[in-house]
Amino acid sequence: MSTIQKSKIEIAKAPEGIEGPGFFATQVDKVVGMARANSLWPLPFATSCCGIEFMATMASTYDLSRFGSERLSFSPRQADLLMVMGTISKKMAPVLRQVYEQMAEPKWVLSMGACASSGGVFDTYSVLQGIDRIIPVDVYIPGCPPRPEQVLDGIMQIQELAKSESIRRRDTEEYKNMLAKYNIE
Amino acid sequence: MSNTLLDTVNDKLKAKFGDGVLSAEMHYDFPVFTIRKDIIHDVIKFLKEDEELAFGFLTTMCGLHYPDNKGHELGVMYQLHNLPKNLRIRLKTFFSISDPHIPTVTDLYPTANWMERQEYDFFGIIFKGHPNLKRILNMDEMTYHPMRKEYPVEDGTREDKDDKMFGR
Amino acid sequence: MSKEKNNNTDIIEKEYTTLNLGPTHPATHGIFQNVLKMDGEIILEGESTVGYIHRAFEKIAERRPYYQITVLTDRLNYCSSPINNMGWHMTVEKLLKIEVPKRVQYLRVIIMELSRIADHIICNSVIGVDTGAMTGFLYIFQQRESIYDIFEELCGARLTTNIGRIGGLERDFSPKAWALIDKFLKEFPDKLKEFENLLMRNRIFMDRTVNCGPISAEKALGYGFTGPNLRAAGVDYDVRVMNPYSSYEEFEFTVPVGTQGDTYDRFMVRQEEMWQSVSIIKQAIEKVKKEPAGVYHADVPEFFLPPKEEVYNNMEALIYHFKIVMGETDVPAGEVYHCVEGGNGELGYYLISDGGRAPYRMHIRRPCFIYYQAYTDMIKGTYLSDAILTMSSMNVIAGELDA
Repeated sequence: MSTIQKSKIEIAKAPEGIEGPGFFATQVDKVVGMARANSLWPLPFATSCCGIEFMATMASTYDLSRFGSERLSFSPRQADLLMVMGTISKKMAPVLRQVYEQMAEPKWVLSMGACASSGGVFDTYSVLQGIDRIIPVDVYIPGCPPRPEQVLDGIMQIQELAKSESIRRRDTEEYKNMLAKYNIE
Repeated sequence: MSNTLLDTVNDKLKAKFGDGVLSAEMHYDFPVFTIRKDIIHDVIKFLKEDEELAFGFLTTMCGLHYPDNKGHELGVMYQLHNLPKNLRIRLKTFFSISDPHIPTVTDLYPTANWMERQEYDFFGIIFKGHPNLKRILNMDEMTYHPMRKEYPVEDGTREDKDDKMFGR
Repeated sequence: MSKEKNNNTDIIEKEYTTLNLGPTHPATHGIFQNVLKMDGEIILEGESTVGYIHRAFEKIAERRPYYQITVLTDRLNYCSSPINNMGWHMTVEKLLKIEVPKRVQYLRVIIMELSRIADHIICNSVIGVDTGAMTGFLYIFQQRESIYDIFEELCGARLTTNIGRIGGLERDFSPKAWALIDKFLKEFPDKLKEFENLLMRNRIFMDRTVNCGPISAEKALGYGFTGPNLRAAGVDYDVRVMNPYSSYEEFEFTVPVGTQGDTYDRFMVRQEEMWQSVSIIKQAIEKVKKEPAGVYHADVPEFFLPPKEEVYNNMEALIYHFKIVMGETDVPAGEVYHCVEGGNGELGYYLISDGGRAPYRMHIRRPCFIYYQAYTDMIKGTYLSDAILTMSSMNVIAGELDA
């Protein structure tokens, strides 16, 4: 009595293109974007409370691996997505910056929680008032700490960014100027 | 029970150190003694080594700052605990901000090492004889001791906060 | 082994490696930096640097009204924030001489023991992960999610709970919360047993953890250890027994102690404490049933925020609401120390009040900060992989360490 169940796994949708018998034509940008978006390797830069919620996001109930991001890359060299979670103090700031600089292009930054985004309740002499003072940020997640659903939503926003990004974007003047504003080579 | 502890310790300290004990009183459930600065190390050593009292556990210590208390602006609070008998006492000592030197107790309690570094970092209290007295929580480049009352808590670089109506 | 090598020093000049473990190292859970001097894979000496998330709690506390400091205490040991919240409330209640009704005390015990379980789940499952057993983590973390569900029902937040108020709780347990607690108590023992079966007598796990990072009782006391780490070394010091608060003296529970003070003992002590917590919660539920229903705070209108309906319809409530929020209530001057048994040991609040709206000085005895200084001593002469395990079994929480 074996019944074949339909698999619940969804395969990422092919980008728009011209399809015919035996061929499929589309833009390189879109194919690369799709591949990037569905295999983001996050570097968890977890410092405090948000890190524990990230653990919950990784664990069985919320399961980040559904988004192709279960492979945590602790080495900045192989990471695509820098997830900054928790308070960044002024003592930690140079370390964070160095980690960002070590990452290879293309790279995205996700700022999780109030502390990383703006300093949060800790408006004190020792806390960096938002990581966007030292590195550019793509997506902010509000909350103290944000719920795992919010983290998943943030990851999905990053995926959208990755999908729609043209492969040449990182070579543009605009991008270089943006990095120059942060004094990043 | 605590009242008798206050009396016992007070009697012992008075017998040994005389007028070095400046005050002895109860604060809620804690006997609190104020000790003159120059004998604080001897007092703690005595309390640790006394057979009856045997305060062998340093629960915590922290710095204090009373800017209006001229000549005795800075202080240190020690909290000792006798684990087997469950006796707890608190010692305090005050000294001038211009001469913030006080003997270390790291030779009696190894745990005082980081606590003293923290208080040095926060208040600039210099613990004489400490093996490695440098900043612990803040950056080494920091030029002031932030927990002193005159320094603000805020970062100072925030521009998005408007305090005209409510203040902090 | 090193001795044999030392005999050859005249032939080959010996070189040591300096290894920078942290501040962002995958194996350290949190941001700790240890600069280690290594002889091959053996650690000769190390130096810890802390303060990477120093947030100046004690300074902020001098500028905030009492009820706003609860928010800060959440972020101390964020694995068990309700215990920190309760500790702070009890400290202020001690200062104000507020007697809290028995029912509230029992409700608080339920909350505190739930969060102790949540804390120990993280620590023990992470010990598992560091020995290479990810399965245990994935299994037991679901139970942590059900504790989160309970907290969410009680106060609306999962992790940083801000639960309770000075003088009681902000609201009574809802019927749904009771149902969730019942469900948790039914499910948890089986799951915990399963987790234990995975690790406790596991050959690989025992080989890795037995005799890894041991500390003797004398040394532990000297370094100011408290909590599970001290009990693993064989000293039965527990604040819940020594200085009972919140009616802990009425509960029956055993304080587990270890003998070696090594990683395995620390794991076992935490494991047993979870069983004891389950039993305490069950007792507390029985006790709550005997108390008059519906009481969830002490009768102290000048410190306890009135419900919103009262504020809008009642003159007195409105005045009290205004006074509390603007910080114009009279607080007695004095100094008080209160400690609770946190997830990691004796969590103490030392509070000096000069009668103002904010404390004059607040000092937190943070157990992590005090016992972490023994770390470099404990890992001397061990392998690097054991050092990682020692750290995770000590349950060093960065938020509590750096304050």
